[in-house]
Amino acid sequence: MLTFIIDALVTVVGVTTPILLAATGELVVEKSGVLNLGVEGMMLVGAVTGFAIALTYGDSLGALAPWLGVVCAALAGAASSMLFAALVLTLGSNQVATGLALTIFGIGLSSLIGSGYVGTIIPAFDSLFPDSLAGDPLWRVIFGYSPLVYFALIMIFAVGWFLNRTRAGLILRAIGENDISAHSIGYPVIPIRYAAIAFGGAMAGIGGCYFSMVMTPMWAEQMTAGRGWIALALVVFSGWRAGRLLAGAYFFGVLMTLELYAKASGFSFLPSQFWAAMPYLMAVVVLAVISSRGVAGSEAPACLGRPFLPSS
Amino acid sequence: MSLTTRRNFMKTTAVGLAAPALLRRAWAAEPLKLGFVYPGPVGDYGWSWAHNKGRLAMDEALKGQVVSSYVENVKEDASAIPIIKDLAQQGNKLIFTASFGFMDQTIEAAKQLPDTKFEHCAGYKKADNVGLYNERFYQGRAVVGTIAGHMSKTGTIGYLGSFKIPEVVMGVNAFTLSAQAVNPKITTKLVMIDSWFDPAKEASAAETLANLGCDFITTHTDSPAALQVCEKRKIYGFGQGADMSRFAPHAHLTAIEDNWGPYYISRAKAMLDGTWKPDDVWMGFKEGCVEMAPYNKAMPDDVKAAADKIIAGWKDGSYDVFTGEIKDQSGAVKVPKGQRMEDKDIAVMDWYVQGVQS
Repeated sequence: MLTFIIDALVTVVGVTTPILLAATGELVVEKSGVLNLGVEGMMLVGAVTGFAIALTYGDSLGALAPWLGVVCAALAGAASSMLFAALVLTLGSNQVATGLALTIFGIGLSSLIGSGYVGTIIPAFDSLFPDSLAGDPLWRVIFGYSPLVYFALIMIFAVGWFLNRTRAGLILRAIGENDISAHSIGYPVIPIRYAAIAFGGAMAGIGGCYFSMVMTPMWAEQMTAGRGWIALALVVFSGWRAGRLLAGAYFFGVLMTLELYAKASGFSFLPSQFWAAMPYLMAVVVLAVISSRGVAGSEAPACLGRPFLPSS
Repeated sequence: MSLTTRRNFMKTTAVGLAAPALLRRAWAAEPLKLGFVYPGPVGDYGWSWAHNKGRLAMDEALKGQVVSSYVENVKEDASAIPIIKDLAQQGNKLIFTASFGFMDQTIEAAKQLPDTKFEHCAGYKKADNVGLYNERFYQGRAVVGTIAGHMSKTGTIGYLGSFKIPEVVMGVNAFTLSAQAVNPKITTKLVMIDSWFDPAKEASAAETLANLGCDFITTHTDSPAALQVCEKRKIYGFGQGADMSRFAPHAHLTAIEDNWGPYYISRAKAMLDGTWKPDDVWMGFKEGCVEMAPYNKAMPDDVKAAADKIIAGWKDGSYDVFTGEIKDQSGAVKVPKGQRMEDKDIAVMDWYVQGVQS
């Protein structure tokens, strides 16, 4: 019984982590007032870059290669987000359309870069802990994960602390709530938004490389298969709060794993498509419940999606 | 001097106008254009990759006579119709639509373009200009089921499916029936992930099957992700559509390889000869279109022999996995004892055999 629960937990963590990584980044971006729909594209760019670097330097750098891969995935994600940022912040283009364009661009670019890597593999970027802990049937539920899992958990707590308990985070939130006032006070709105978008891109890149380096250590086109969109939904679902984001991410992860367990155990008296739709249905239900609690207006950052074009 | 009547004038003019067209046919021999529509990326190392390999084999064998093009990642919804029509309008005379999910779209496009010929893979709707072709992958499933039946220690084997369509259902049933022929108590756990290609979900589903006690996993999806999970969990798996042993050197026992080259070459030749007719072919081991990848060294010799016997049985027609008595999940007898299921019943199969937990 215990093994069953541990196995299930390990699966849930595996499913949740990439979404959590990307959503954490997107949370910061949206808190600063920018809506970046290009998460899926940035994740794929990160995935292919991380894989390519880990493969190319796997022989020369050995165990360091995956770390380099993750760093490069973050840089690649940030670089692709800068494309979006330049269009949206400096040129004031429509954020929704530009974000979608970034998604499509990221899908295409990653396929192009990755076309030479199909059919190749790298060793999975697995646990750092010694085998006695990581492989142990009981302790692997804590120690058996890839470093990226621990990184994701650290980051969500760090981002939550940053947004709510630091001055810098307060400034970021202020820019997201009322960019004109923040600008009047003297805060650099555009540079801070650039930094936020870069952070979001880096996190999305790391989330993407989780797919190609940990979950299924290979490259296949469009291997994120829509997880970027789930990350976006998750940010909204969480009400733009870090604590709820963590809970929501694992909630989604449990639902997605539950779907698989239900099917495999023969409990799918409901059509399988219903199970696949479950996470999104639950998101709608929770949003309805949250909205009905009489919260005046939306919890979204007030300037979300509006271009900042100062008259001064 | 012939009489310059109006009739003569019309005749000579007609010949004069037709001559360039006729001459061109005989003389320029413009290469035949063929189009291919794939549901996934050619980089999936599975279904679409195998079709593309066949297309490239055709290009190589008929170099200069054919020019082929393809469109990959085509979604299996209405958006496929403009893509198919676009291929036709680019001059492709024969278009292969390589997935069950393109069935209705192919029929629709064929209605609108009666001069173009189509061949639909893994479907069951025909038309005057639409032929059908498919491979009896279930023959390969019977081989891997036999292997699983011999080697499974837990008595639970897993099937990672995509959609509940006849193609997949017959695979599940063939896998289960052939395993049960070796070990009657075998049960198959089935997970449908509603996608042909989603490596992360395939990996999670394979993990779930392993968590629930499966020590053999076969997939009907297009990526090697499930095999990587098998390797990690130290259970066995089978490749799908291509030899995937490099992804799981210990876990990969064999694979069902799709070999489309010979078929595409023969159809291209038929078009060049002008003998193309809409057909309904379903090829298997006998025609060389289904092959098994080399066996893993870890497979015991007696299991290898059993598997080879099944293959030989398919080739000479003495073996058919869908031979009665076959009961469905409710216990009702679907195929009486000793009788073989007809092709037309297999092609629309939508029920699972007893022992499949779905």
